Amino acid sequence: MPTDAARRHLLSIEDLDRSDLERVLDLTDSFAEVSQRRIPRVPALRGKTVVWLFYEDSTRTRLSFEAAAKQLSADTVNFSVGSSSVNKGESVRDTVQTIGAMGIDAIVVRHSCAGVPHRVAEWIDASVINAGDGRHEHPTQALLDLYTARTRLGSLDGARVAIVGDIRHSRVARSDVLAFTAMGADVTLVAPGPLLPSSLEGWPVAVTHDFDSVLGDIDICYLLRMQLEREAGASVPSLREFRSEYGLDAARADRLRHGALIMHPGPMNRGVEIDGDVADRPNAVITEQVANGVAVRMAVLFLLLGSGLDLAEGSRMMAA
Amino acid sequence: MSARLAAVPPHGTVAVKGGTVVDSGGSRRADVLVADGRVIAVDPAGVEGDRTLDASGCVVAPGLVDLHVHLRQPGREDAETVETGARGAALGGFTAVVAMPNTDPPIDCAAVVREIQDLNVKACCDVYPSAAITVGRRGADLAPMAELVRLGVRIFTDDGAGVQDAQVMRRALEYAAGLDHLTGGYRVVLAQHCEVDELTSGGSMHEGEWSSRLGLRGQPSEGEELMVMRDIALSRLTGSRVHFQHLSTAGSVAMVRAAKEAGLPVTAEATTHHFTLTDACCADYDTVFKVHPPLRTDADVAAVRAGLADGTMDAIATDHAPHTSTDKERPFDAAPPGMLGLETALALALTELELPIEQVLALMSWKPAAIAGIDDRHGRPVAPGEPANLCVIDPDVTWKVSGEAMASPSRNTPYEGRELRGRVRHTLLASEPVVIDGEPQR
Repeated sequence: MPTDAARRHLLSIEDLDRSDLERVLDLTDSFAEVSQRRIPRVPALRGKTVVWLFYEDSTRTRLSFEAAAKQLSADTVNFSVGSSSVNKGESVRDTVQTIGAMGIDAIVVRHSCAGVPHRVAEWIDASVINAGDGRHEHPTQALLDLYTARTRLGSLDGARVAIVGDIRHSRVARSDVLAFTAMGADVTLVAPGPLLPSSLEGWPVAVTHDFDSVLGDIDICYLLRMQLEREAGASVPSLREFRSEYGLDAARADRLRHGALIMHPGPMNRGVEIDGDVADRPNAVITEQVANGVAVRMAVLFLLLGSGLDLAEGSRMMAA
Repeated sequence: MSARLAAVPPHGTVAVKGGTVVDSGGSRRADVLVADGRVIAVDPAGVEGDRTLDASGCVVAPGLVDLHVHLRQPGREDAETVETGARGAALGGFTAVVAMPNTDPPIDCAAVVREIQDLNVKACCDVYPSAAITVGRRGADLAPMAELVRLGVRIFTDDGAGVQDAQVMRRALEYAAGLDHLTGGYRVVLAQHCEVDELTSGGSMHEGEWSSRLGLRGQPSEGEELMVMRDIALSRLTGSRVHFQHLSTAGSVAMVRAAKEAGLPVTAEATTHHFTLTDACCADYDTVFKVHPPLRTDADVAAVRAGLADGTMDAIATDHAPHTSTDKERPFDAAPPGMLGLETALALALTELELPIEQVLALMSWKPAAIAGIDDRHGRPVAPGEPANLCVIDPDVTWKVSGEAMASPSRNTPYEGRELRGRVRHTLLASEPVVIDGEPQR
């Protein structure tokens, strides 16, 4: 990944080092304060235009980005794929160059294919923010997860994180592994074989199939959505068996250490990866994650568009 | 295709002067005089002709033979045609190519075979259609193989897909073994694109460290190897010839090596990209590196090279697969697989393989000619009376790859900007110089 791209865009957590991440988190603190004002709006991005280009359905992420942009006083345009020329067969490149010709400042892209935001960044002058690409990455989700966890735990150095469930098909898992390990946390993946990545070469993680064995040791229990609508359903014998082996039910939740966080990127399948009541316990921070998402996205938009600073300072290249 | 000899008007004698002749018989300093489709004289003392081609510092060799090209005609003439593909082939030193049948409509019946043969008459190199093993390349009903063999087809393949059903493949092998009486003894070859769909479908790159990291669905090596294993077993069962196309994994190479040691009638080709590029090339999601079978790991590249060096692999092929920029600009998952190869293959072999040029030429000329059943016209010794299908190679010149400069209307070369050593100076097809000093003559 060229570092030039990392400076102008947010494509992958892989492009960011610990100091980059900390800068986003520190700035998020100030924007979290803005969100709590009576009139939650600052003029930081007045005159800037941000476009949403979502090729894949998203309500939560798009709403969160919209709230963030509005609170920064940016103008926003929704390029709705369903009702546009894309339905008439227009290529991603043509669409993006058309949007680019209109003189915009940032484009927030979600696509069901990995790598599309990377290609978009080659085709447009504006900053590109990856709002989820296939099963590759979802960087702003990882940033809001870090922010939520750091706010609650104080520091992530040495924190023990279990990421549980459908890791293979999850872009959240990829971004979170990179983000938590960059911040000094120890990550353990908990999943049955068919839901683990096909190769874990180069992943700085431990792996276990035995959820019960890690419950008493972890500071964060991060549950992933079992993507029933994708292949995950066919990757395990039954949802009943998945739930009994990998679901966080009340009995398992009781065995978590005092103060250990329960996290989930949403939307939850209550009764599959997490029991209904467990999601509502005081140490479940799922709603906080959503709330923090707005402030984190404000910080990202501000860093890329408003500050004149680089998001990534380091000159880290993707290891060859 | 003797039609070509009659179709080409006499154009006087051509003297290829100052080169070193390299063919299956070895290497020697000699000038070569050709006319009317044939070699007239090979003389170390020098020859004179109506026209002279300078070959000083060059190797004069039998024209190259590519067992595996996609010329996109009929169906996708915006990406390539027989005319442009053959021109690119001639520029790359090829005097014969075998066209794959995954056209639209596919080459699975007499009409489409004849269409390719008609287009071949005006082409810059001999274009031999292969034909599908099964109707529509759908893997179910056998194509009319005897009828197509009578028209001149010698290689059958469903390339682009493997024949998934073992029983269908078994029947095809048994049937092909009974076609010798139509070919004058040549054993018709079934060529397999080895990919077990259940393991590979939806995958857009090699499954491993990089696919996990990039979040792209992978194709495991075993998706190829299981079919190699199966078809070695079917070759044993039926006694029929199987040619393995574009083998890409260390495991595949090892299995073919063992099958040959066991005396089974199997052959195999390796593509230039599978011995020069790895899955790490996909790191930026550049679809020019998307190809089936996918680019694999360093260890696989090393194994393919070792297989070429020790003779396990019989031929270097290009799997030349043109695609328009529009098609290649689709997302990585959705973009079509394949890359250009004809104009870079020889230089890549000379630059990247640490093999003597005689061995490179064996892998790119007379050995593939024998597999394709065209060794009566191509890959012949450079000797009086032989067909004058020749290429003249400057082995030391360095040049920079440019997709823009290629004959194909497509631009999808993965070697853009790369500096390579060795280039074709002249190509002669049936004694006619179709490429002179690197320029196509028609």
